[in-house]
Amino acid sequence: MNVEEVLKSEELTFAEKILTIKQVEPKSVKRTGEITIVSVDLAAGQDGTTPLAIKVFEEMGGERVWDPSKILFVIDHTYPSSSAEISNLHKLMRSFARKQGIRVVEGDIIHQVILEEYAVPGMLIVGADSHTTTHGAVGAFATGIGSTELAAVMLEGKIWLKVPSTMRVHLEGSLPRGVYAKDIALHVIGEIGADGANYKSIEWTGEALSKLSVASRATLCNMSMEAGAKNAVVEYDAVTEEHLKRLGRCPIAIVRSGRKAEVEDELRVECPRLEPMVATPSRVDNVKSVREVEGTPIDQAFIGSCTNGRLEDLLEAAKILRGRKVKEGVRLIVTPASRKVYLDALRLGVLETLLEAGAVVTNPTCGACVGTHLGVLGEGEVAISSSNRNFVGRMGHPSSKVYLASPATVAASAIRGVITDPRDFL
Amino acid sequence: MSVIRGRAWKFGDNVDTDVIIPFKYKARTIDPQELAQHVMEGIDPDFPKKVRPGDVIVAGRNFGCGSSREQAPLAIKAAGIAAVVAESFARIFFRNAINIGLPVLEIKGIFEKTDNGDVLEIDLQQGIVRNLSKSLAFKATPMPDMLMEILKEGGLVNYIKKRRARAQ
Repeated sequence: MNVEEVLKSEELTFAEKILTIKQVEPKSVKRTGEITIVSVDLAAGQDGTTPLAIKVFEEMGGERVWDPSKILFVIDHTYPSSSAEISNLHKLMRSFARKQGIRVVEGDIIHQVILEEYAVPGMLIVGADSHTTTHGAVGAFATGIGSTELAAVMLEGKIWLKVPSTMRVHLEGSLPRGVYAKDIALHVIGEIGADGANYKSIEWTGEALSKLSVASRATLCNMSMEAGAKNAVVEYDAVTEEHLKRLGRCPIAIVRSGRKAEVEDELRVECPRLEPMVATPSRVDNVKSVREVEGTPIDQAFIGSCTNGRLEDLLEAAKILRGRKVKEGVRLIVTPASRKVYLDALRLGVLETLLEAGAVVTNPTCGACVGTHLGVLGEGEVAISSSNRNFVGRMGHPSSKVYLASPATVAASAIRGVITDPRDFL
Repeated sequence: MSVIRGRAWKFGDNVDTDVIIPFKYKARTIDPQELAQHVMEGIDPDFPKKVRPGDVIVAGRNFGCGSSREQAPLAIKAAGIAAVVAESFARIFFRNAINIGLPVLEIKGIFEKTDNGDVLEIDLQQGIVRNLSKSLAFKATPMPDMLMEILKEGGLVNYIKKRRARAQ
């Protein structure tokens, strides 16, 4: 088996190629459905999953981790801690990391850290967080795992993976005004359902991508998980190249699906016909156009999370909120995904615009999205959110309700206090 | 592997990890017994009190969708549930369940033909679920050998420990 030949093959999918070249003992080409044991380039965990992984690592008889430079811990889900019990779990992460020489990042969202500092094309990333699929945005194979698996990877640096079948989502044309990557993702999930891509590798393709930034692509790959995908990927192109140049990083390998590769499902999206979309309570695949639910009263509007808490998201919200006010009685919570996003937004005057409009800007955390702190919903309250899940009780009380939408739709809704189409303000 | 025998508890499609175990509980503890007291709280708050050891969850499509939290299968197992049978599973839940030694069986068509309280008997080795109340039998989608071995060891911890002991 020759790596160059595998990469050049016109017969193999992205997933087949990367899971072939990453094998611990690369003997033969691995096709869809086969189980492979692959070496991991980066294993990451957050404070909701890592404490358990540490406990399991010790139960496995682990003493030293396989390679501390390839492990990353991020404290983001409840940061800064909101209780003594949670603080104790954070302490456990810090002390284990210190002993092992593992880097701990505190107060940035895990997927934003990986995107800003680690992810490159051809990397194999596993993360004890379901939204690890995000990093396909730069051409990495990235997938979510649990705590016990994180422990096993920390011990041995390898993991078994079944080569997923491929679903291709082809984005034709370009997006109209007021419609964003989030709307594409919600539209697709609505079409295929919450298990429509279960176990699959989603390849996002098509001309619309040439105008979508890495941040927007991250939204697509992040939300792919909400249709069950194992991983998602956008092929390496000029946008990826420019992104890497700006960050001063190089690809490990540029992996492209072959022209004759076997694609199990194919979906075409006519982007010019798309509208702003929402996922209505309490399923991510309960998708409607914003116009259909316009006028629904809200109590809270949230812009943040690993899905839509990046600079371009805050910029879009600021464009709509500039010179306007958040409706009295409604709270608009803005949570930048990282310190870098926070600082960039600060320097560009974005935070000033948001604060003047009446928003509260929090530190980077997963807080509101996972319903732990900084925006927990009360009984019967309704939120519109740029995050990724609207399950029962996700953001607070079991009787609260969540609508998922783009940051622009969230901003527009905050102004009127009811669900609002952002095109009304653009 | 021993045969499992218990009553069926039915849950529908798309049971997500947030209703299995809300983040607010799993954020503050990794103790399975404490988590078990809140399992399925989003659907039936009394569920943990009603379960008897050996009982089985029978669910529809996409069971365990959502987050990667392993606390979801852990809480189910700690509550006394001996296996989860579903029309299909979300992928991370499926991996996590096997890794912590909670048997999971994918069986198409079982949901409609099972009622709450039916007595089920599961032969994991053969991948067969028998509904003793209705005299029906179902065959599960076969599991890859490697996953079966992990399950036989009671999870990934023992599997890895044994493998490493053999290697030394």
